[in-house]
Amino acid sequence: MFEILKRQEMAGGTVVLNEISAPAIARKAKPGQFVILKANETGERIPLTMADTDPKKGTITIIYQVVGKSTTLFKSLQVGERFQDVIGPLGQATHLEKLGTVVCVGGGTGVAVLHPITRGLKEIGNRVIAIIGARTKDLLILEDKMKAASNELHVCTDDGSYGHHGFVTDVLKEILEKEDVKMVVGIGPVPMMKFVCKVTEQYKVKTLVSLNAIMVDGTGMCGCCRVTIGGETRFACVDGPEFDGHKVDFDELSQRLNAYKEDEAVAMQQYACKCQAG
Amino acid sequence: MMAETTEKKEKVPRQPMPEQSAEVRRRNFEEVPRGYTAEMAMKEAERCLQCKNPACMNGCPVSIEIPAFIKHVKEGDFTKAVRKIWERNALPAVCGRVCPQEIQCEGLCILGKKGEPVAIGNLERFVADWERANGKGDLPPKAEPTGKRVAVVGSGPSGLTVAGDLILKGHDVTIFEAFHKPGGVLVYGIPEFRLPKEIVYSEVNFLERLGAKLQCNSVVGRTVSVDELFEEGFDAVYIGVGAGLPSFLNIPGENLIGIYSANEYLTRANLMKAYLFPEYDTPIVRGKDVAVLGAGNVAMDSARTAMRLGADRVRIVYRRSRDEMPARKAEIHHAEEEGIEFHLLTAPTRFIGDENGRVKAMECLKMELGEPDASGRRRPVPVEGSKFTLDCDLAVISVGAGANPLLTRSTEGLQLTKWGYIIADPETGKTTKKGVWAGGDIVTGQATVILAMGAGRMASDSIHKYLTWGW
Repeated sequence: MFEILKRQEMAGGTVVLNEISAPAIARKAKPGQFVILKANETGERIPLTMADTDPKKGTITIIYQVVGKSTTLFKSLQVGERFQDVIGPLGQATHLEKLGTVVCVGGGTGVAVLHPITRGLKEIGNRVIAIIGARTKDLLILEDKMKAASNELHVCTDDGSYGHHGFVTDVLKEILEKEDVKMVVGIGPVPMMKFVCKVTEQYKVKTLVSLNAIMVDGTGMCGCCRVTIGGETRFACVDGPEFDGHKVDFDELSQRLNAYKEDEAVAMQQYACKCQAG
Repeated sequence: MMAETTEKKEKVPRQPMPEQSAEVRRRNFEEVPRGYTAEMAMKEAERCLQCKNPACMNGCPVSIEIPAFIKHVKEGDFTKAVRKIWERNALPAVCGRVCPQEIQCEGLCILGKKGEPVAIGNLERFVADWERANGKGDLPPKAEPTGKRVAVVGSGPSGLTVAGDLILKGHDVTIFEAFHKPGGVLVYGIPEFRLPKEIVYSEVNFLERLGAKLQCNSVVGRTVSVDELFEEGFDAVYIGVGAGLPSFLNIPGENLIGIYSANEYLTRANLMKAYLFPEYDTPIVRGKDVAVLGAGNVAMDSARTAMRLGADRVRIVYRRSRDEMPARKAEIHHAEEEGIEFHLLTAPTRFIGDENGRVKAMECLKMELGEPDASGRRRPVPVEGSKFTLDCDLAVISVGAGANPLLTRSTEGLQLTKWGYIIADPETGKTTKKGVWAGGDIVTGQATVILAMGAGRMASDSIHKYLTWGW
């Protein structure tokens, strides 16, 4: 179990895709749900929202950005090797309903999480406008898949190296000006989600975001992933990961995501030394 | 004649348990008590009066034949002793360490009336440890296969008890565990220095050698539902998922960095071995000035863990007085020896953070005790104008746990109390759903390891009857 069947590097090796054998999870998983992965005995439990599932093949797909020791370790796993533990499906599935026109906004590896939701929204009859963005052209992922999953795709890069020059929020604003949008789904880095919500708030359009809080068990047991939603504490693992973006305290989420920054730097440094020595 | 015997026996004092000194152990994760030697165990066993009507057994939730096993210890036949315990308890190394013996078996020991009771817990622990180190890997006799399949949900103390009982009775048992390692609270909650993980794994391995199957990473309610277990061919399901929903204080600032629930703090430290970071990848905030809120056993575990992780100062902050502290006396004593301070009659009202969102202090009120409340304990009342600030760079909230709704919400036909606990017959563990039993903390609310095991024992008897005769 949990053997890696496919491995693909994207965005210049800063993002990695793994298709993993996990039949029990593949059978049950729905768009928006996540798994917790642990690479080996000494590894950390890392939550990642699934980018795709294939119940027939019994596989799930994850796409992650390589940022610290744990994801560097994930990246080192080759086809034929295994994750020691994969747990899921966890969290609430996205509530998919036919609303009319919906806009799906994705940034960075958030596009991977957004993809199955976009596809699901289109499949049940919505007109789906997708906007995806990255800092620069080379960091853009899943453009073709997002094109296939939506009725209309807009691409943005911060540096103008590809598509629209500017932020996803610029394009979002234009669309909200001229279209009757029923819902916006925004998934990406915390600052991006925060600004997407600021924009949609002006137009009073319901907005869903998916929160990547730090977790340990992922089943509501530890309370690590607590987030403030509309002034109340909720657990991202069992109440989420998706929430009404207009009620999320993004500043608190940012702070909590940075809780272990110094520890992570230490771990990464030691890991890098060991790799060089070996 | 009787009196004479008693007097003679009492000349042997209770054998003290050798321990690591407080100065040394407060900075390491090795087990605090070192265990008896064979000589000490035999000497202690001699103190047992071999009562005809042993009161000690009445205090044991799983009814171990205590005088019988102690007699074997006295005679130096440790193999027979462990086999005697196994008849009623598949987890003696765990129970010998974490049962509150002072209010159970030892609390009723006749020797305790005038002097000190027989050290039943220490003897149980000795026998189990001896078997692990010197035994031949013998297994207790097992009944013929019945062809019936039982799913045990949760591998904590109650689930392991049910699995142990039913596998011996010839049923085909599979244990489902949500975490990547088995043992439930025994591995994520109880620290290494009180219960080495290796001991839990060895007891789980004992069940596996008996034929029980173990499926980790399986979240029943998510990966597979209870109804799907029946569809897969299981004949009965036992739910022992514990009370895994952390309680918070619901005061401002509670989501600042450096404020953990005891569940998270202990899971990081124990199961994920954060004390070995960065050799292990899971980090943990190592506070210098630590406040633990609450005064139960879990609070003592959290405080002692913080000390071992390098704190300069660890304070238990509790809103009632010393007399109301729910922790075992022995645990409070161990904590005090290790330098944990007790800040009593104090209730936090707000956490204060620095510019990076990290906790730096708590605002508190002094309390005094008023009239008894519903729990029978005197109710803490704030002293007017007593507001003060207490510095801390790590706070662990250890004020209890509630029922985790993950499984119960996804299972139809299970009746719950208004607090979300499963309603089960107290005599049999039967729930309102056919073929489903439940026991331990998910039925009673947060309690002790041995009570969860006692519930497992009753349920396994009932499940066995159901599988054998259909009722």
